[in-house]
Parts: sequence; C-alpha cells; structure tokens
Amino acid sequence: MIPAAFEYYRPKDMAGVLSLLEEHGDDARVMAGGHSLIPMMKLRMADVPHLIDLQDVDGLSGVEIDNEAIRIGAMVTQADIIDHPELAKVAPILREAALQIADPQVRYMGTVGGNVANGDPGNDMPGLMQCLDASFRVIGLDGEREIPARDFYEAAYMTAREDEEVLTAVSIPLPAGGYAYEKQKRKIGDYATAAAAVQIVKDGGTCASASIAMTNLSDTPIYSEAAGAALVGTTVDEAALAAAVAAMLGDIDPTEDNRGPVAFKNHVAGIILRRAIERAWSRA
Amino acid sequence: MKDDITRDERVENLKGMGCSRKRVEDARFTQGKGNYVDDIKLDGMLFGDFVRSPYAHARITNIDAAAALEVPGVIAVLTAADLEPLGLHWMPTLAGDKQMVLADGKVLFQGQEVAFVVAEDRYAAADGIEAVEVEYEELPVVVDPFAALQSDVVLREDLVAEDGSLPDGAHGPRKHHNHIFTWEAGDKEPTEQVIDTAEVVAEETMYYHRTHPCPLETCGSVASMDKVNGKLTLWGTFQAPHAIRTIVSLISGIEEHNIRVISPDIGGGFGNKVGAYPGYVCSVVASIVTGKPVKWIEDRMDNLMTTAFARDYHMTGKISATRDGKITGLHCHVTADHGGFDACADPTKFPAGFMNICTGSYDIPTAYLAVDGVYTNKAPGGVSYRCSFRVTEAVYFIERMIEVLAIKLNMDAAELRRINFIKKEQFPYTAALGWEYDSGDYHTAWDKALDTVDYKGLRAEQAQRVEDFKAGKTRKLMGIGLSFFTEIVGAGPVKNCDILGLGMFDSCEIRIHPTGSAIARLGTISQGQGHATTFAQILASEIGLPADSITIEEGDTDTAPYGLGTYGSRSTPVAGAATAMAGRKIRAKAQMIAAYLLEVHDNDVEFDVDRFVVKGAPERFKTMKEIAFASYNQAIPGVEPGLEAVSYYDPPNMTYPFGAYICVMDIDVDTGVPEIRRFYALDDCGTRINPMIIEGQVHGGLTEALAVALGQEIAYDDMGNCKTGTLMDFFLPTAWEVPNYETDYTVTPSPHHPIGAKGVGESPHVGGVPCFSNAVQDAFRAFGNTHTNMPHDHWRIWKTASDLGLHG
Repeated sequence: MIPAAFEYYRPKDMAGVLSLLEEHGDDARVMAGGHSLIPMMKLRMADVPHLIDLQDVDGLSGVEIDNEAIRIGAMVTQADIIDHPELAKVAPILREAALQIADPQVRYMGTVGGNVANGDPGNDMPGLMQCLDASFRVIGLDGEREIPARDFYEAAYMTAREDEEVLTAVSIPLPAGGYAYEKQKRKIGDYATAAAAVQIVKDGGTCASASIAMTNLSDTPIYSEAAGAALVGTTVDEAALAAAVAAMLGDIDPTEDNRGPVAFKNHVAGIILRRAIERAWSRA
Repeated sequence: MKDDITRDERVENLKGMGCSRKRVEDARFTQGKGNYVDDIKLDGMLFGDFVRSPYAHARITNIDAAAALEVPGVIAVLTAADLEPLGLHWMPTLAGDKQMVLADGKVLFQGQEVAFVVAEDRYAAADGIEAVEVEYEELPVVVDPFAALQSDVVLREDLVAEDGSLPDGAHGPRKHHNHIFTWEAGDKEPTEQVIDTAEVVAEETMYYHRTHPCPLETCGSVASMDKVNGKLTLWGTFQAPHAIRTIVSLISGIEEHNIRVISPDIGGGFGNKVGAYPGYVCSVVASIVTGKPVKWIEDRMDNLMTTAFARDYHMTGKISATRDGKITGLHCHVTADHGGFDACADPTKFPAGFMNICTGSYDIPTAYLAVDGVYTNKAPGGVSYRCSFRVTEAVYFIERMIEVLAIKLNMDAAELRRINFIKKEQFPYTAALGWEYDSGDYHTAWDKALDTVDYKGLRAEQAQRVEDFKAGKTRKLMGIGLSFFTEIVGAGPVKNCDILGLGMFDSCEIRIHPTGSAIARLGTISQGQGHATTFAQILASEIGLPADSITIEEGDTDTAPYGLGTYGSRSTPVAGAATAMAGRKIRAKAQMIAAYLLEVHDNDVEFDVDRFVVKGAPERFKTMKEIAFASYNQAIPGVEPGLEAVSYYDPPNMTYPFGAYICVMDIDVDTGVPEIRRFYALDDCGTRINPMIIEGQVHGGLTEALAVALGQEIAYDDMGNCKTGTLMDFFLPTAWEVPNYETDYTVTPSPHHPIGAKGVGESPHVGGVPCFSNAVQDAFRAFGNTHTNMPHDHWRIWKTASDLGLHG
C-alpha cells in the first residue's frame, strides 16, 4: 500500500491546472478529495506520475441556488451538502443520498465533483445526477462545455470528459415533487448492493412525471427512462410498480461480486426501486 | 492508634477486586501516546518488505533481483538461497510442521513470501519489490480439502519420502500426501452403537467458514542485532514474547540470554499474533546481514491474506436422543483445512485444539470426535480467534446440533437444552471426551436469561409473526437465537499443555518499594485487555496496597519472568493466579514483619484490608505501607531484607466459564437484511475482578461474533485467489452495525483458582457466534429450514428465503 513516486502540484488557479494537464497529458491526473484516486495509487493500480491537487483553485467550492437551478462547485464535499440548509430545502434528495455515502470521515473529504467525474459505477452521485437530469461543466484549453449527466458515462471509469479537461461544477434543474434515494449496502462505507434514485411529480392522483436511476448495477449508472415512463399517467399502483421494476430490470446488467450473484442483485434492485418509488410517491 | 477513615473507605481506597476501576492504559491510548511497534524508530533503521506470490500454487524457476538492487535506496534482496546457509529458509511451526520463510522452489498460497527487499525506507522497499523479477510456473491449484484428499497433486513434496511413502507427521500416520493428521477423542464403536440403536437421530453437515482475527494493528517487528556485544533485540507484535525468544534462539542458534524480545503496546491480537511469521525471521536476518536495525510492518492486505486465519472446519455431526429429548450420544467428524503449512497455534498434544469440548454444556454419556487435517493452497494459520483453541468451532457445532435435534424432536430448543444440561450437583463433571469441568450452575443462568427476555412472550410474538407473514401482512420474519456455551480456558496444566515443549504455566514477580508502592511483572502481554488495570486490582486486594500504587509491566523478556503469553483467555486463569499466589507470599512475609514490629507472635496478627492487626486488639496494627518501609530499614532476626516474591503457577485444571445468550432478530425476507432488535448476554466468569472491563470485553467479543456470523470471511476463488483481502470486502463492523448489548451475570467461582476467576475475554465470541447464527436459522424454522452455513450475509440469507420458496 505504498504508491509509486509522483510529482505533486497545487496550482492556485484553473489556468495553472490546465497548463499542467497540457504538459503532462496522460501522465497527469487532477485530484479533488482523493478518496478514490489515492487508494488506487497506493495499490499501484493507478499510475499517476503527476498529481494535481485542486484544493487551492478558487471558485470550485460554492453552492448557488436560483429560481431555476442549483450549481454545485466540484470541490463541494458530501459533508457540505449534508450541512447546507437551503439545499436540503430545494433538493432534499441530495442530502438523503449524501448521508448514505461512505462514512462521516470520508464525507468530509469526498467531493461531489470527484464522485461524479471518477466514473466508478459504485459511486452514488452519478446515478443521482442522472435522475435529476443534471449537467456537468468541464473546462479545457478550448474552453468550457456542458455535458448532460445522462450522456456522461461510457463504461467503468470511462466518461465523456477528455483527459485534459477538468470537471468544475454540477448544475441541477430545481427538482420538483417527491423524492427518495434508497440504498442497500453490507455495512457503512460500502458501495451499494443496489441503489435507486427516484423523483416523482404528482398531479391530482396520478403521476405526471417520474425519473429513475440505479447505482452499481452495471458498469455505469443506469438512467432508466422506461422505468420512469411506466409510472407516468398511473396512480402508482401495484401494476405500475411492477411495470417500472420490469422496465428497470431490462436496463441494468449487474455482475456477480462478493455482494452476491446476479439473481440476488436483480431481485434486490427490484425491491429497492419499489421502496424508493413508494417513498417518493408518498412525499409527492 | 485510630483511623480517620472507616474500613469501607479503606477498602474503596485500594481499588481492589470487584471495583470498576478506570483503565490506566487509556490515558496514553486516547491521547495518541501509545507505543506500538511501528512507533519504534532507531538510528539508521532500514525497512524490509516482501515480494509476494500472485499465484496459489506455482514453481519458482528464477528470481532476478538485479533491477531491484538498482532502485535507489534498496540495500539488499534476500531469497531462500540466501537463508539456506543459515538454515533459516524454513522454520518450525507451532503445530510440529515446518514452513518456508521464503519460497524454496515453490509457493503454496497466494501472497506467500518470495523475497525480502531491504531498503532505506518503506517507499524504496515498495519500489524495489516492483522491480524483482520472479518467474513462476503455475501448478494445479487445490482449494477444497475434500478434493485435496483425492487429488494426485502433491502440495508438500518435502513430506513425501523418496520411495513415495508417507512418513508419519507430527501427530501420527498420514493417509494421503495432502493429509496432515487424524486426531481422535472418545469412544468410536460405543458411540456408533448408541447412535445406530437410538430412538431419534439428527444429522447435519456444516461448514464453519475461514475468517481472520484482523486486529486493528497489523503484525510487525523491528530487529536490531548489535554485532559488538552479540545481542539481538527484537520488538514485535508478539502475544507470547518469551516463547518467541526461545523459538528465535532455537532456530538462529543465538543463545537465549543474548536475545531480548519486547512486545510494546499491541493493538489487538485475537490470536493473529501468537504464531511466528516469516517477517519476524527476515527482519532478524536482515539486521544480521546489514548490521542495522530492520523494521517489517504488514499492510492490511498482507495481514488478511497471509498471517494466520481462523476456523475453516467442515463438520459433520450426528446426535442421538430418546423420544422425550434426553441426549444419548454425539458423533463429530471434522475435515480441517489448514492451508499450505500446518501453522495452527495449539498446545502440542492437541492438533485440533480443544475441539473435544464439543459435547458443550450437556450431559452426553457417549461421544466420539475425529479430526482430519488437510493441506490446501491457502494461507497457513488456524489460530484461535478470540477463543480458546478451536472452542468457537466446538461450541458452534454443538449449539447447532442442539437446534437441529430440537427440530427433529419438534421440541422447543430452550427446553431441550434445559433437560440436558449438566446439573449443578454433577460438578466436577468428567465429559465423555475427557475434560473435567470444574464448576457450573447452568440451570440458574438459563432460567435467569429466559425470564429476563420474556422468552415465552417472544415465542408467542414469533408465532404471530409467522401467521402474519403467511397472511401477507408482513415481509419480515423474526428469529430467536439461543446459545448456551461452556468455554475451556486457562491453558493450561503442564501435565497436558505445552507449546514446543514449553509448559503452559505463567508467572508473576512482585517487588514492593520502601515507600509502599510496587511493581509487578508478568509473563503475559496485554493487547488491549487492560492487564495493567486488573492485575493491579488483584494485587491490591491480596497485598493491601492501593492499585494506583502498583505498576504492572509485561512484554520485556529481559525483565519479566518466563510465561507463555496472552491468548486463549489464559491471562487471568494462569497469570492472574500467579499474581495472587505471589501476592500471598508477600503477605506471608509481611505478617512476620508486622508481628515483629507489634512485638507479638506471627499467629497473633491477621490481615485486614491494608494492614495486619493484633487479633482482638484492632487498635494495634501496622499498615502494609509501614511494613514495606520496615522491610527495608529494620534488622529483623531470621527475616531477609526487602519485600519481593515470584510465583510460577501451574494450574491444576482449566477453567470453564459459561454463559447464556439470546438474540432477537428481524429479517427482511426480500433483501436478506437482518436487524438485531435485542441481544442479551449473561456471562459467568467466576469471580469478577473489574465489572467495567468485563462489560467491555463482552461488547468486543460479541461484536466480533456478529462479524463472523453475519459476513466476515476469507474467501477464495477456484484459482486460490483471495477475494476478501481488503476491508471493503472483509467485514469489520463499526458502531453503525452493532446493536445495543444488554449484559448480565451470575457468579460461580472456580474452585481451584486462587481467587475463583475463570477468564472472560473470549466467552462472548464463543457464545455469540452460534447465537447470531441460530437467530437467523430460527427465523426460517417455521418454513422448513434446518441449517444453512455462515456467514449470513445479505445474499445468503436471501438465498435461504429463496430456496424455501418465500419469494413467491
């Protein structure tokens, strides 16, 4: 558990970060909270000759809320999310999910930006951001661009962000309706056996819109458009729940690991989604 | 002379036995001032670490260290070829086998030590390890012990004679080249006859999975060879420092007086730090080779994957009874997976430890046990993880067999236990497999436990829950876990317990200082048990000086008397007895001094809390503080100056703590998630020295029991790759996963122990594992479950529900 030697940089601004990335290309990685990257380096599974620490770069740690959207800087920690009263009011699902990530010590270091950018299918924020239809702002030498969370993830640790780009912020349209982040894990600090993010809008007695994403059940987070669609126009009764679960199961592709075999994961994914929908609906 | 304080206040001031004295160790531990092996820093100290095998079974055709030696900071790379001239490429194990220190031509498990890279610091060592080129030729891997006994693949060519025959092992004849020993206890034929003709027989096959003690501090050592005076100092994570000194002397040829072994603060052991590891040997050799101190510290993966595992017992049981539930016979066979080398830490004559305590707390007239040890391509070990030798396996076996028999008899499992308990008046009780239980009062403890939790009420609630489940009103089942255990601890009588020929006595040496304070040194070593607190309490009560005025020191073989160390709950039963006995020698001499000072005959004074008083004249007394000073400044005819004593205690018997545990669990049938609603633990550890420390021990042992029962395992794939080498996959519970424990007690003092104490550190683990497991299994009893294997993690519980058709 000793990393190979690396150069450590702590630039004061984004221009400094980008020039380092340009200079070192594949040999450089940016680090936010470091709670994914550093263990990989210690295991010598990640070879990072040039490590660029983002913590002194200004402008990455704010949370801004206006009438339409929330903008969360990449260096905002999970603990910041949990302790932000205004955020808890406008998007309570963020707090509910953040409380289920890792443990308090990790949440003081782990960032929203790092969580979504790393592309680890076990991370909770990517699925959550897909559910909320967030977009990620990345900056490179050619300028800035926005990438929808639902288009961001290509495979495990493979994302639409280019190597020379840095993810700087997450923008989330103000969520509406009921919400739930439901996660089954073996112990505190564990990745999900299965987790579901659900946001539902109720109109009268029926579901007006529903957004559903699943975590750690494929090599990317899974936004299941079909599962959400199965609820729209229904009273979220038993038939609708079954249809949503069936649709979701068609979209996920879990693999066996120490948490259990595929049949178990599929079953639990269905149960977790069902519970998430029921809770979100009860809050809608 | 009059006292200003009452007798009760004098008792209180001593902080002796029975008081919840705060732990004196915690001042340093809670302030980060502990001194662990990795805190030791010596001038010029080097750091060594291992190149480890990625394969579970392979021949090594070449090791090329040239590139590693080019890495800046790398000083040396040791291989078996370098150790061979010293005779140190193999080392003896505690189980009478031998183990490679560094791979001698082949590797037998993933993570095995192949080469030792010595460098200026641990960073350079890690870089050096990457640069060592090892050529492996993969061999067929055997991970299943049953397959191993059928396999043509020879794991240990060194144990096969040139003509292909199998010489006897350390424990007798071997049946197959991958077979280590067969060990038997009890009477085979009478037992089989009883079972064959019984009214009722229940049978079950169960696997007690491989797990690991996983102490928070991993194993490590610092060796410093002083070539000028020929002295070797070895600091390390040793649960038995004196035994380590003797082993080091035997294998290195360095005379024992030239070896000083020091166990500094140890961050948990739980059995993991009993054995001798290649890292210790390599740090010593590297220090001899380089002339500098060399440190070796495991990382977490090294610890989980290579230093001693626990359990891995495949057990088959038959239990017979009359129709009304009186047990008549018990038959147990174990196939024990010992990994690539037999490095179990058991007393020499007990290759399966005290597995023959497997008749448990029950009066079973006839029993037979056979254990077959087997080599596989897994890490060596087989230590007693928070238990006396193999006692968790024994208690799990019998407590599961009782449940299985209750199902067969359609009887309440609590009642089945009650009608089979050894009765109070039967003690001392000689069990069918040979042990003499010293004392017990099982019925009183059991009734108290059942009453406290309202057992009948719980069963009624459970029955209702089953009805509700069947009616579709709930998806949660309720399990009531029962466990009644008898431990066998305090190894042990020298007549039947030794390790490498060293009798398992223990020792205490006391020196009283002139001003009435004291230092006591013991042959044991605390790894968190609080010895500095509790042993001072024993002494305070024995010699009448305040516990706060008594320093307890352990772990330095240059100063401490010889002892066999701390594991198997032996510290209180053995070293605690030695402490009391040494204290009594002090008191006997103090009596003579007091009588001299009071100008009366020795027999005319008597001990009273903190003084000797003239019988019938309580105003005439000498305090122990006064006596201490007098021992240094009075010329007393016929009495040597000073006040010191040493005692080596060879216990006449083991001690037999027992307890009654009950767990109430709700299980989500759909997700497999168990929720522990209540856990009640009644322990009888005999005389209670420090109730607060006992409660802490119970909480800790139960938490490790929860871990083992509900998810903690060392698992391998078919290629012998360890799948659980990090704390992501190896379950180490935190406060989050742990329920609120309720503790309770009865007191049945040990009749043969000087203070009646029996030991408690391991009871909660031994009793806890079957209790948690029985709760899970009991939840499914109404649906036809008889037995499922641990660990009961989410998916296995889910699978149980699924196999019983509970998912619709």
